[in-house]
Parts: sequence; C-alpha cells; structure tokens
Amino acid sequence: MEDERSFLDICGGPLTLRRRYYSSYCREFGLSSARLSLRSVTAVTCTVWLVAYGLFTLFENSMILSSAIFITILGLLGYLHFVKIDQETLLIIDSLGIQMTSSYASGKESTTFIEMDKVKDVIVNEAIYMQKVIYYLCILLKDPVKPHEISQVVPVFQSTKPRLDCLIEVYRSCQEILARQKATSASP
Amino acid sequence: MVLKAFFPTCCASADSGLLVGRWVPEQNSAVVLAVVHFPFIPIQVKELLAQVQKVSQVHVAVLGTWCHRQQEPKESLGHFLEGLGAIFSHDPWLQLCRERGTRFWSCKAYHQVSTTPDKSIEDQVMLIFYDQRKVLLSWLHPPTVLPDCQAGDTTASAGGLADIFDTVARSEVLFQNNQFDEGPVRLSHWQSEGVEASILVELTKQASGPVCLLLASLLSLLSAVSACRLWKLWPLSFIRRKLSTCEQLQHRLKHLSLIFSTQKAQSPTQLMKKANMLVSVLIDVALGLLLLSWLHNNNRIGQLANALVPVADRVAEELQHLLQWLMGAPAGLKMNRALDQVLGRFFLYHIHLWISYIHLMSPFIEHILWHVGLSACLGMTVALSILSDIIALLTFHIYCFYVYGARLYCLKIYGLSSLWRLFRGKKWNVLRQRVDSCSYDLDQLFIGTLLFTILVFLLPTTALYYLVFTLLRLLVVTVQGMIHLLVDLINSLPLYSLGLRLCRPYRLADKPPAL
Repeated sequence: MEDERSFLDICGGPLTLRRRYYSSYCREFGLSSARLSLRSVTAVTCTVWLVAYGLFTLFENSMILSSAIFITILGLLGYLHFVKIDQETLLIIDSLGIQMTSSYASGKESTTFIEMDKVKDVIVNEAIYMQKVIYYLCILLKDPVKPHEISQVVPVFQSTKPRLDCLIEVYRSCQEILARQKATSASP
Repeated sequence: MVLKAFFPTCCASADSGLLVGRWVPEQNSAVVLAVVHFPFIPIQVKELLAQVQKVSQVHVAVLGTWCHRQQEPKESLGHFLEGLGAIFSHDPWLQLCRERGTRFWSCKAYHQVSTTPDKSIEDQVMLIFYDQRKVLLSWLHPPTVLPDCQAGDTTASAGGLADIFDTVARSEVLFQNNQFDEGPVRLSHWQSEGVEASILVELTKQASGPVCLLLASLLSLLSAVSACRLWKLWPLSFIRRKLSTCEQLQHRLKHLSLIFSTQKAQSPTQLMKKANMLVSVLIDVALGLLLLSWLHNNNRIGQLANALVPVADRVAEELQHLLQWLMGAPAGLKMNRALDQVLGRFFLYHIHLWISYIHLMSPFIEHILWHVGLSACLGMTVALSILSDIIALLTFHIYCFYVYGARLYCLKIYGLSSLWRLFRGKKWNVLRQRVDSCSYDLDQLFIGTLLFTILVFLLPTTALYYLVFTLLRLLVVTVQGMIHLLVDLINSLPLYSLGLRLCRPYRLADKPPAL
C-alpha cells in the first residue's frame, strides 16, 4: 500500500512523505525535500564570478578568473555529492531492525542499520535549535551491559527536518511495529 | 513471531534439492548454507553433515526443501518433498519454492505439533538474502560474549545478526567441496563453481614455511649475540644506552623476529600487527636504499664531508661571539666583572679544544661518512638515528656548557637557600626532613651573612650563563626530538591497514553489511 502526502519542514520549505506498508511488520517512510533550484545555482555562480572579475580588474592577474571557474565547478560538485540530501528513508522491519538511508543529489547513498535487539524505543523529542524549539524523531539504543539504560540517541531525518505533524505519522507507525515486537518477544 | 530465513544469493538459481544450514532458535531464524541436489542417498548426506559438524562445531542440519521448477503441477513433487520431511525430521520444516524465469517465490514453514502429528502450524516467513562471498571474504570478528553473562544464558541480545554471520563464517569446511570433486553428495554454494584463490598467495604460503624457519634461526642467532654478557661491561653499556642507533637496531630486530616467527598468528589483530610491521620494514628499507642511491651519486658524500668542517667552525665562531657578548654588558645588564671573565675564558678555552679535535678528525670524516652512509641500506630509520647521534656528538660542547652552567647554578641556589635559612635563624633538619629553628654562634652568623651577600650579588651572572646555555641545549634537543619523532612515525604507522582500507575495505569490516 503506497501513500503520498505533502508537509512542511521547519523552515517552511515543501516536503513529500511517501509511506509504503509492505506488510503488517514491514514499513518504509521516505521524505524528499525540494531539489536544488536553478535560481540559487545561478545566483551563487554570478556572485562568485562578479567578485572574481572585480579582483581581476584590481590585480590584472588572469589566474584569478580561472581559479574562480575551478572553485565554482568543484564547489558545486562537492555540494551535490557531500552536502545536498535529496531523500531520507526509514525502513522498519519487525524482529530484524531499522535502516536509515540518505540519498544525495549526486546519487550517492549512505545507509545505517540498527538491529532490533539494540533498539529500546522510538520517540519524538524537543530541542532548541538557534532561536526555535523544534521536534525531532529519534531512536533510543540500549546499553548492552545494562539493558535498562540508554546508551545512545540516534536522530532521524536530520537534514530534511520535518515538522510535528509529519513526525506524528511516522511515530505512530513505528510504535505499532515496536509494540508488536515487544508483545511477541515477551511471549516466546 | 515471524520466522526469518537467511538465504544465500548464489543459491537462488540452483536446481531443486534440500536446504542445509543451521537453525538458531533464540532468534527464530534459519541460516541456509548450501543446497544438496538430487539424486542423493540420505545416509551419505547425514554422514557429510556429521563430518562438517565435527570439524567446524556448527550444528548443521537439513532445514527443508528447495524447489526451482518450471510451471509443473505440484502434486508429483509435493508428495516426494513431504516424504523427505519424514526422513530428515526438523522442526520447523522450510519449503522454499521458486518458479523458473519469474520473481515469484513461495516460502512456507511448518511446525510439527507433537500431540497431533497430522496437523502442522504454518508460520509467516521473512526471506532475507545475504551474499556468502562477501561474508566469507570479510574477516568478521567473533560475536562478543558479555562478561556478565553466565554460561547458559542465551546470548540473543548480544549476538543478533553477528551470530548469524558468524555461523556462515565458521562453516568454511562445508564450502570446500565443489562441483569438480567426485564426492557422493552434490552441493551448491558460493564456491561450487570452484574454490577462489590466488596463485601468488598460495605460492607465498608454501614458500613462507622454510623461509621463515631460516630467517628465524638467523635472527635468534643475532639476538643471542646482542644479549651476550660482553655488552654489559661498563663503557659499552653506557655507549649503548646513549646512542639511539643501537636502540633502533634492537627495535627492528625485535620486529623482524616477530614477523618471521614460526608460529601462526592467533587472531586477526595479531595478523594485522605482523602485516603492518612487515610493510613498515619494507618501506623503511626502500626509503633507505633511495637515500643511499641519492647520496652515492654525484659524490654527495664528499661534498657533505667538505661542508662539515666549515659548518663546525662557523658554529664555534658564533659561540665565541656569544661568549664575548656575555662577557661585556649583555642586554644592558651589569655583570660581575671578575666572575664573568673567569667563566667566559673557561668556556672559550673549551671551544678552542673542541675545534682542535674537529680539525684533527677532518681527514677521516669522508671515510666515516661513507661507511655510515652504507648503513642506510638497513633502513631509513637507522640512517635518521645515526644522523641524530652525529648531531649529538657534534654539539657535545654545547651539552658540556649546559652541564657546567647547570651545576654552578644548582650549587649557587643550594648555597643561597641554606644561607637564607641561616639568615633567618633556621636550619634544615635532615633527620626530621623539616626546617627547625637553631641558635647560631656569632662568628657562624657573621661568615654566613658574608657568604650570603657574595652569592646574592654573583647570582645574576650565573643565572644568565645558565639561561643562555639551557636555551642552546633546548634547541639541540628539539632538533633531535623532531628526528626521533620521524623515526617513530615510520616505525609505527600502520600502512598495511591503511592500504587495506583503500583497496579492500571489506576485509576490515567488523559489522555485517546493510540489508
């Protein structure tokens, strides 16, 4: 079953949440943010080149212009490959684990997998972020030595940063699966 | 609970047969290791599994059936497969089915309920594909056993997926027979097309045995020679402690004997350490040979030797200027003329002696440098240690000045503190290790005060000399320290692990790859 809804992120930008219910114990949530707009790329390139041209007229050295071109190209490639995250996905499978995937604009994907045995709970927490108070979804991990204590907090959807309404949807589905998992693990 | 079946990707296109693997009850998962093809004799299959179990300590069993067929009617195969369930009883019994050419899979698992043997409960099955080749090529660490766990506790919370992949990694012996072996049982797994190996690696493994033996015996001979009692006699042991070259050589000898020791590495960490040491020794020797070739062409050694004596002269001249400056009015401070002259003349004479020794040695310097340059073939680290030792020897007079200045200063401070106590009417009680009051006689007080004033007024001069020579010594020590830092870097940089991280990152993996 597939479902798509649009939400807003904390800065007001548009987000799309795509929910897929593969089965009663396997769900996937994909959050995609807006792609890199042509307007911002043009603006940055023009600024850099104008500054370079200004420096060129000051110093009469043509290296400034070629280095400005290189900087622009390399900067754009680096931004697309290392910084701009297009989509973040959360895949939760009962009794196996939780997998978080971030896909960058250049096509690179980086995944993190957490086993279900290490997951204590999935919660929505508040944080103070500059002048705002925001909500974020995070996964609490158990300490292997002391199972009643929390050893790590892993935040999810860190670069798309959705608002509370979107987080509640994801939170409810995750809690259904975790409740199921706790019920089955309590009664072997 | 959902039953998890871990299925190797290489068996997805194999013919129909039996599934062989391990059942992990704590996690309700079945790890399929291989597929046994028809035709087979059940006794031989059971024998093979018992053999594998004995060697690898992994409880392998027949887990179920695998059916890879064209769209045939199910009945003919269905009864046959049920019959197999009766021969190899396993609870739960898996039935994986795939239609050839499509992506349609059917996975069922049957639990036998002991009270009613006819009925069986069906479970939901989650099929998880894993790449056997990647799991076996990465050197996975064994799953950690928690120190608090009693023996008998299920390590489900600590093991998890690590347990599953450890099972696969430990059953290597099952993957040794391939389709070219004339065995009674035909298996299908990641190596069934042929065992993967590299000729070079196999050849080096065969050759390493006798080579290691030979080198180990040579190195033990060398270590015995270096540990003999002759070196413990006074002048030799003193020189040995002071020269960093001897220390570096001993270090390298230890490394080499560890690398070429005849016992195999016990764990992956030890293997890594050995490999890192070997790579560092090889790189060291390569850099040393490079340095050697650079030194010996264009007669650089001769140029160096010719440049050495003027440099030493120049240093001595600068020192003399410094001393003349100190003997005058350095930085506007007014020194005690007599003490100044004495100390300055003493140090100037010392420098003069030193320069004479250098000039005496100058005809031999080229030969010495040539022979020392040959030692670079033992490694760049040895060459750098020799350089550091040469610097120490050439600046020996600075070291001497520092020692004299420090001794004088130390004596002065000691005297001053003792006389200061006398001035105040106190005394240091050696027995009680504290300051006690004491009544002195008049003549003791008189002489004490006199000496105190003398020492106080001579303090700036001594302090200045001490400061200047300490700074010079610090400079030399800094240069030597940088050279030793470089030597340590070459010694301890784990280049093998870095190279492995760049070229074959899966060998360094310690967690199973993502889903």
